[in-house]
Amino acid sequence: MECEYLIIGNSAGGIGATEAIREVDREGELIMVSEESYRAYSRALIPYYLAGEIELEKVYYRNVDFYARNNIRVISGKKAVAIDFDNKEVEMEDGQRIRYGELLLATGSTPFIPPMEGLSYDYTGGKFDKDGVFTFTSLDDAVEIKRSVESGYVENAVVLGGGRIGLMAAEALMRLGLNVTVIKRSERLLPEVFDETASRMVKRHLKESGLLMLTGHTVKEVMGERSVERIVLDDGTEIGCDLLIIAAGVRPRVELVRGTEVKVNRGIVVDGRMRTSVEDVYACGDCAEVYDFAYDDFRLTPLWATAYAGGRIAGFNMCGVEKEYRWGTNMNSMHFFGLPVIAAGVSAEEGGYEVLKEVEEEKKIYRKIVLREGRVVGVILMNKIERAGLFLCFMRRGIDVSPFKEELLSADFALISLPEVLRGAMMR
Amino acid sequence: MGRICCKEEVCIGCRLCEVWCQVEHSESRDIIKAFLYEKERAIPRVRVEERGPVSFALQCRHCEEPDCVFACISGALYKKDGVVVHDASKCVGCWSCVLACPYGAIIMDEAHGKAWKCDLCEGRGVPICVEKCPNEALEVEHNGV
Ligand SMILES: Cc1cc2nc3c(=O)[nH]c(=O)nc-3n(C[C@H](O)[C@H](O)[C@H](O)COP(=O)(O)OP(=O)(O)OC[C@H]3O[C@@H](n4cnc5c(N)ncnc54)[C@H](O)[C@@H]3O)c2cc1C
Ligand code: SF4
Ligand code: SF4
Repeated sequence: MECEYLIIGNSAGGIGATEAIREVDREGELIMVSEESYRAYSRALIPYYLAGEIELEKVYYRNVDFYARNNIRVISGKKAVAIDFDNKEVEMEDGQRIRYGELLLATGSTPFIPPMEGLSYDYTGGKFDKDGVFTFTSLDDAVEIKRSVESGYVENAVVLGGGRIGLMAAEALMRLGLNVTVIKRSERLLPEVFDETASRMVKRHLKESGLLMLTGHTVKEVMGERSVERIVLDDGTEIGCDLLIIAAGVRPRVELVRGTEVKVNRGIVVDGRMRTSVEDVYACGDCAEVYDFAYDDFRLTPLWATAYAGGRIAGFNMCGVEKEYRWGTNMNSMHFFGLPVIAAGVSAEEGGYEVLKEVEEEKKIYRKIVLREGRVVGVILMNKIERAGLFLCFMRRGIDVSPFKEELLSADFALISLPEVLRGAMMR
Repeated sequence: MGRICCKEEVCIGCRLCEVWCQVEHSESRDIIKAFLYEKERAIPRVRVEERGPVSFALQCRHCEEPDCVFACISGALYKKDGVVVHDASKCVGCWSCVLACPYGAIIMDEAHGKAWKCDLCEGRGVPICVEKCPNEALEVEHNGV
């Protein structure tokens, strides 16, 4: 088989790329390969599906006819196992070889499973050796967890990991009526983006919402014959549980290129045009270290938006339209039991920056703007987030906000708060 | 189609655009029924920003490279024939678009967990705010699509 464009991974990054390619080149043969057998769905929607907020049908990211309309051939339910860069060929698990002109690696990430006694995980098959233990990164995971909860035999759930994915899983399980305990190693919530204040305020909100969280602990052992029955913490505490979700973070999925000419750091190394160190090979999304404009550096930024936008830039470059990816940073939009929180850029750090803050603990309002030389480099907003986009826009465009600095913390900060000239320039 | 532009110096801050937007997006599309009898009032997708003597109406700019679409985790936001469309039935209220939109043009309906934005009154011809603005502050700027 042969094609002009070959994309490994049929998710945010892959779809971002195909949509860009099809804006430029309607004809060039385009193949997407995906190990998962579903059509593209949003990984970020599986908590909503698990909680019963949306039907399975709504998890899909694009319409059923997306591939046909865009003249895309999809090979799904099959894994790519090797790449021959000299002959520009990808080998599939069934031995099929696909020749490519341009290749995009949009292979995403895999869950990280911390070592624990009494539990082992087969990374290739994605299975634990005990029933009732799950990861929470795929639609299959969500479907299986849902089935297990619906069986009626599950009452007590433990979520290992208090990051964004763990907290979303915990909230969904609580909505399904389970008793949920979150075990979290670090005291600070989302330490990448939250400071002490944001962490404390969200923790308090979680507690008030009925979530039990044990911080400063790890799981030492998982007990139970065939399925999980109890877990043992590092201090010996035992917690009974019949459902265990491991959400201890994700790692870039780089096995296809590990040990090849493609340079890999923590993720696949790319340049501003999403090109890897091998010609005609690109990477984007969770598997790559992409440019972060707030840090002015290449970093892992495992988010839907950055995967899509990075894929888009890769797609343009793959069909000869030169574009630089300067779009993303660690930009999080979250909600915890109804409390909306935004954290983007250099939002956790303070040393060496000018920091503007407004805290109303009781009302759960927090606004923090981090400035460097009059430019916004980070932001946290809790409640009243509706104009958050303005801050990201200032960050992205490096706008000097010092002339209207005192407005930034105002709860009704909006376009009208800007000097007329700047507003005019932004609206054009 | 294009996008709706507001002449700041002409806008009188009466907020009739918000009112008519609500009517247009109500069930009955009748102003009395929409405000008096319908269970819930529709959310206006245009917002008037006002400070002292200055005011202007702000609607989605239907960006050429729409950041909200790139950020949307559900596929509710997409671009079709030059118009940035929001399919509320797919929206989960994750607010990713709120963070992405450089103008703050997305309206959050926290009660229902839905985002809303200007749809250029799809199917109506002239958007209702443009038609009803008493001082002709609003106009459609066509982009040739
Ligand atoms: C529960 C959860 C909630 C989240 N919530 C949010 C959120 O609210 N906002 C946000 O911005 N982000 C969120 N994320 C993160 C977001 O989903 C990811 O950043 C995004 O999916 C990354 O997209 P991607 O295209 O890089 O890779 P992925 O979505 O991981 O897709 C990669 C695909 O490639 C396939 N693949 C990999 N290797 C091979 C191979 N060798 N052969 C064939 N196929 C292969 C995989 O099977 C997979 O289908 C969430 C993630 C999870 C798990
Ligand atoms: S919602 Fe904002 S980002 Fe999206 S198209 Fe409208 S103005 Fe542009
Ligand atoms: S709030 Fe709705 S429209 Fe906005 S990004 Fe989330 S799902 Fe998409």
